[in-house]
Amino acid sequence: MSKTIRIGAGAAYSGDRVEPAVELARDGKLDYLVFECLAERTIALAQQVRRKDPTRGYDPLLEKRMHAVLELCARNKVRIITNMGAANPESAAEKTRDIARAHGLHGLKIAAITGDDVLGQVQGSQIPTLDTNEPIRAYDNRMVSANAYLGAQPIVEALAAGADVIIAGRIADPALFLAPLVHEFGWSMDDWTRLGRGTAVGHLLECGGQVTGGYFAEPGPKDVPGLARLGFPMAEVREDGNAIITKVPGSGGKVSAATCKEQLLYEVHDPKKYFQPDVVADFSKIRVTELAPDRVLIEDADGTPRTDTLKVTVGYLDGFIGEGEISYAGANALARGQLARDIVRERLHLTGAKFDEIRFDLIGVDSLHGEHISAQAPEPREVRLRVAARTTSLADAQAIGEEVETLWVNGPAGGGGARKYAREVLAVHSVLLPRAQVATNVKILES
Amino acid sequence: MKLHHLAHARAGDKGDISCISVIAYKPEDYPTLQRELTAEKVKAHFQGIVQGDVERYELPNIHALNFVLHGALGGGVTRSLAMDAHGKSLSYAMLDMEIEP
Repeated sequence: MSKTIRIGAGAAYSGDRVEPAVELARDGKLDYLVFECLAERTIALAQQVRRKDPTRGYDPLLEKRMHAVLELCARNKVRIITNMGAANPESAAEKTRDIARAHGLHGLKIAAITGDDVLGQVQGSQIPTLDTNEPIRAYDNRMVSANAYLGAQPIVEALAAGADVIIAGRIADPALFLAPLVHEFGWSMDDWTRLGRGTAVGHLLECGGQVTGGYFAEPGPKDVPGLARLGFPMAEVREDGNAIITKVPGSGGKVSAATCKEQLLYEVHDPKKYFQPDVVADFSKIRVTELAPDRVLIEDADGTPRTDTLKVTVGYLDGFIGEGEISYAGANALARGQLARDIVRERLHLTGAKFDEIRFDLIGVDSLHGEHISAQAPEPREVRLRVAARTTSLADAQAIGEEVETLWVNGPAGGGGARKYAREVLAVHSVLLPRAQVATNVKILES
Repeated sequence: MKLHHLAHARAGDKGDISCISVIAYKPEDYPTLQRELTAEKVKAHFQGIVQGDVERYELPNIHALNFVLHGALGGGVTRSLAMDAHGKSLSYAMLDMEIEP
């Protein structure tokens, strides 16, 4: 039988559950365990942490995860690949080395991948943002971070150098999974079909529990057993890039054609053109076949040549958001909620509150799907007013929630559960940077 | 009937764009989805939410349609004032569409 590589997904975001990763490391018979922990703006938040403390700025759960899986992975010969380095892969690697030593693991090779931080290249640049088309330098004085989505190459280099644990910052999520396949099977970096197939595997795994029945379950039409013990996914990948998606036997959740189809299209625009640093993947001809319970065969993804640019996410400060909420229930709850809304609207005008944009929601009525789609729904028993506004100062943001809170005493009857929030907004723009402006580096430490 | 009877859906986000897949439970219902779920009808259903164009992509192999809704996330996930800034719940807004079986 030809070689099969087994890759597990140990996390789908920074705050994800840790036990399913331990389960995979212990019982998954894995070759690789991948932790994908960076959402669009996570790295910008991490950069702010690093500015305050140069030894931090990596994933807040890095230590917890490494304590939980390092020994198991070393014993079971499972190599770890992660973007938990966030804004500081080198410090994350040093911390991981220390944790390895504390567990009595010596000679473990830990690689830090850098080069995704392109703040220097982006600041002052004329490159247009993808959504607003204005030159990105318009954001220079508010810019917090700029990170390029790297491809598989630096991870492949680290694997070739014998790294047991590889810690990166921003790397395209599917590339974290594609890299070990390129390394193990010796795929050429212009074998677009195989790179497309490896990308499909990565895309299916990168959101963890979203392919094993999480973000899927609906009592009745889409029942999923054991969601509280949801198992994270793993793939058995063949040399041709076709793969079986599965999970640890006995874990909660399920892998079916339906769970795989939903995840396959998740966050994809044109299925023929899923732009990645290493390939433009084509999911349009994919075949999805249930072989057995919790075993789904994924075949015939494809790809076309990569582009000459890398996507860069630019984090910038974008003012503040202030929010206030209060609830009404029972007879005439909707009318009382509407009255509360009208009072706040008039009060903000009377008091000269300053904001750039404001939004009034009645939670339980139309806050999620808007007035048009919600119009036919019956009157709810409970209604929660929510007021949210964008402001230029923290004090102005706080004033929004404070005004809502005064309804407790001064508003309609039976208002309860008032809450107020104010926060600084860290928003992101995207730009495309020529590849030549991005240089990566691999540094290896030993425990 | 509601689309919910024939299909399941998942919503994802990128910036100010919501992508919503619609997948037929049974292969034989895929032509109904193709006929009933035009980009125009989806855009009309999402009035007040979608500010830009709606694109539709067909995936006959997996009996699915993929919709790309531009300007659907209140200016973008990271700055939106909406409670569900990612538009995660919009998959069920899609499944609320009335279709002819």
